[in-house]
Order: sequence, then C-alpha cells, then structure tokens
Amino acid sequence: GLVVVAFDRSPEVYLDIMLRHGLDSNALSRCVRILDCYSDPLGWKQNIRSEQHQEDSGTPCSTNKDTITIFRSVKDVDKLSCSIIDLGRGFEGEGKTYFSVAVDSISSMLRHASVQSISGLLSNLRSHDQISSIFWLMHSDLHETKFSRAFECLSTMVACVEPEVVDSVYGEERRGDMSFLEHNYSKAKFHVRLKRRNGRVKHLYEELCVEGYDVKFISATSVSIEVNQSLLPKVQFNLELSEKERSDRANVVLPFEHQGKGEPIRIYDGRRSLPEAHQDPNLTTAALLDETEALKSANPKGEIHYLRDSDDERPDSDEDPDDDLDI
Amino acid sequence: PPPQLEAEMEEYGAGDLLSEAMCAGARVVVVEDCVEAPAAFVLHLLLKRALAAGGGGGGGAALLALAQPFSHYDRVLRKMGCNLSMHRKSERLHFFDLQGFPGGTQGGAIADSLAQLYSAVQRVVETCRAGENAGRFTVMIDDVSLLEVAANGSADDVLDFLHYCVTLTSEMNCSLVVLIHEDIYSSEDGVGLLAHLRYIADLVIKAAPLSTGLATDVHGQLSVVNKGMLIEQRPAKGQKVWSFHFKVKENGADFFYPGSRH
Repeated sequence: GLVVVAFDRSPEVYLDIMLRHGLDSNALSRCVRILDCYSDPLGWKQNIRSEQHQEDSGTPCSTNKDTITIFRSVKDVDKLSCSIIDLGRGFEGEGKTYFSVAVDSISSMLRHASVQSISGLLSNLRSHDQISSIFWLMHSDLHETKFSRAFECLSTMVACVEPEVVDSVYGEERRGDMSFLEHNYSKAKFHVRLKRRNGRVKHLYEELCVEGYDVKFISATSVSIEVNQSLLPKVQFNLELSEKERSDRANVVLPFEHQGKGEPIRIYDGRRSLPEAHQDPNLTTAALLDETEALKSANPKGEIHYLRDSDDERPDSDEDPDDDLDI
Repeated sequence: PPPQLEAEMEEYGAGDLLSEAMCAGARVVVVEDCVEAPAAFVLHLLLKRALAAGGGGGGGAALLALAQPFSHYDRVLRKMGCNLSMHRKSERLHFFDLQGFPGGTQGGAIADSLAQLYSAVQRVVETCRAGENAGRFTVMIDDVSLLEVAANGSADDVLDFLHYCVTLTSEMNCSLVVLIHEDIYSSEDGVGLLAHLRYIADLVIKAAPLSTGLATDVHGQLSVVNKGMLIEQRPAKGQKVWSFHFKVKENGADFFYPGSRH
C-alpha cells in the first residue's frame, strides 16, 4: 500500500494522477490512502464550522471517504506520525502487509515544525517494521543549505531535478529575457545519488523531459562523461590520458594474467586490443571450453588461470564484489 | 480551443496577449512587479474582467485592499469602463478595506486575525456560490507585501493565510490573484515570501522595466509563465512562457510584441 501525506495539493489531484497513469479505482481504494494535510492543516475551517454551529461535514469528498483522511493539526508532529502509521496499518492483506509513505512536501512540513522534529518523524517511520520505503519532495531553494543537507543525509537516495539552462537569478539581471524558462519548464537534468550500504556513493545522470502528463527519462551517458572529467582537479600538470596512453594501458599484460611460459593469453571475451585475439579467428567459446577441459584432465599442479571478464573491468577497481549481496 | 473555453475567453477580453497567455482556467495567479515597472494595472484589468464575466452566470470578486482606499479603485476602474460602486452595491464585488489591518482592537496573535479574515473571505465565496452566480469568483489581494508588513513580518502566518485561500480555488471554482513587489525581497535575507509564492502559483505575471531604459510608447515588459498544472489551464499551443511589451493607458493597457508598434 501507499500512504500519501498531502500538503501541497488537494487529495483529488493525486488520485487523478494515479488514475491517469493506469491505476484503476478498485486498486486505488485497496492500495492508496491519503492523509489530507492540504484542506484544513490548522483547523481553521473546523473552527469556522463550530462557530457557525454547523455539523462537521468530515471529509470534503464523500466518494473517497475511506481513501482520504483529513488531518487538522500539522504542527503536532507526533500526532502526524501516528496518523500516518494508523493509515498504513489499515491496509488489508494476507500475512504482514508493507506500505510506503510519500510526503508532498517536506518543504511545507518545515513551515509548521522544526527540522529536528521532522527528521525525528522520518527516522521514526524508517524504523517501523511495516514501512518498506519513504520518499519525499523538498524544494531546495526554499531552505538553508544545511537543512537540505540534513535531509539528504537521512536518505539512501537523493534525486535532484536541476535546470538545464541556468540564468543568474530568475531573470533579474537580464530582465525580460525569459526564453530560457520555456526550455526549463519542459526539460531538466536529473541526477541521482545512491548511497550503498558499504558507504560508497553511486551517481546516475539522465535528462528529464515533460510532455503533457508524461515524464520521460533519457539516459545521458555523454553527460556523465563530462561530469567525470570535470571532477579532476585543475592543476598545472596533466592528469588525463591521451588516446595513445589509453590504448597502451589496454595492451599491458598484468603479472597475474600470464604464467610467463609464453602461453597465449586467453581472454574470455575476445579483445580487439590484443593482436593475437585479432588474428586468431578460432578464439571462440568452444575453444575456451576445450582449454578448460584440458586443464581438468591435466595433473593438478596448483596453477592459477585468470580469465578476465571484459576490458572495462580494470584490475584493482574499487568495486566491492560483495555489493550484490543484499544482507 | 473548445467552444466553452472560447466563450470564456471572450468574456475575459480575449484578443489581447495577456488573456491568450493566461487562458481561462488559471487558479492561482501571482503578479510580480517592481518600482520601475508597477503592475497594479494588471490587477485592475483582471478585476474588470472578473466582474464583467457575463454569460448568465456572472462572476464575482473579493478585493482585499491594503494599498489603496475604495475611492482609488473606483476612480481607476471607472476610467476603464467598470463601475465598482454599482458592483459593490449589488454585492458582485466584496471590498475588504484592510488599510488598518489587523487593527489595534483585535489583540491576540496575528494568526488569529488572519484566520478571521479568511473566515470572512470564505463566507463571501460561499454566499456567492450559493446564489445565482455560479460563475468564476476571484479573490484578489493588493498586496501581499503589505500583508506581510501588517503581520509584523511573519511570512509564515501570511503563507498559512494564503494556503487557505488557495484551498478555496480547488474547492469552490475560485481564482486567487495576488500582487507582490519582487524588488523588496533580496536573496541575502534568506528565503522569503516571494520564493514560496513562485512555487504556489499556477501562473506568474512579471512586470519589468525595459532593459534599454525609459520610453514613451512602451512602459515595460510583461513575462507570463503558465505552468499549466491542470489540463484546462493548458494553452492550446503548449507554450508556457510569453514575453511582450505593455503600455498603460487611462482606459486599460495595450499589449504587443516588441517592434510591432508603429
């Protein structure tokens, strides 16, 4: 199930978006709950009704009574936390049910409560055994950098949407030149920072394109190359490799890759950089299997035969082979 | 555009660049201006259009005025061919004189005063909707910067009030138009009202002076950003940003693309 904590838009907007993306209304009522912090976050409307001695009409939209639950005390973070968990526990299912929590948006929450209490709320939710994932939206330009960073530290993945065309200050210096805005309203840079369990950080770059209601992601490998190159510090000596240096490096045969007996080096995937492989039309998987067979039948001598997977896997790379483990 | 939209556009004075950029469905409109290019004329124009909405349904408007007394708006709109006094009498226009807001007699927190103000606005909108006027209602605030001053600089309280006004737009077929002075807010003072409003807005109309300086025929340039959040707000051509020049006249304003005036 999904619990949406809605501050910025009316609950119907989220339901509408989900319907548009193919979720049918049965699935919606089964799997989605919306905590409505938009309609009456501070209880003003309830006060008005009680002053006018009107009956509490409850949720604004009667057709969605079960899906939408109104919440009127957004300054009370503990109560908010309990309400989210209560909604999540209400999902029916066999055995243990898990649910995700989506918050739109943390920026709005921060107007009503402190950074500490909200990070406390997120930590609380995170450690709840029924909550499988939490995701939230934050408008980074509405907060001091340190607060944005604090929330980034709490997360295992940070996805940033950044403008493709950057103007100095919202057109302030070039008053009236809004042409870049047209571009920025339909395209953006999408940067994902993933924190692995072992502490390593992985970066992904894509381009985001908005067309009507659809959002398309285009992987931008060219973008990532540019970024990698720009990560090199600007010093007065050359830290990069020329093309010749790159190919020379590819041609280097490493100590543990040969036995020094003049045997041809077998690479699992025929490599173009090695002249032997290039000239050897027989280097096929079959040939490799033969060799493996030959090895088995030979007298065990305690040799190591290292077969490299591919060109790209540079030896001694800091890829941790245990990364695949999901402990 | 579909016939209903076209009819609505005609009511709103279609044919000029501003209405083309705005489309009829915009719910939360933020108008930004500065000392060199004041945009009160945009509010006057939108107010006139809100009240002129015919087609049997009729529109209505609530003007929360902190900047000027009623007599000022009455005089200005009269020159534009709109009789505010008449609309006020017939309760098409609800005028909130907030020049003394919150007032010394209120006491208590500014939040309470704003909550009470919201309560009054909600009542007005509900009454209008209950009546024969099923047309679009417009809540206009002139201006948010003064509201912040009246709230002793508490942007949070003002944002709470504005949020409640925004809920009216989704619940009661209502538009919200607010004016804010962009040059008051500098980025060094931290994040202010302006940044929040830019996120809340469906449509941003920004008035700026010409980069080339003063001119007699052109008073400034207007940029309109239509975020098109909801499908009915989407301009037909899919364009989101408009940029054109304007000249303020006694009876309204002219909008034209640069260089197209003789």
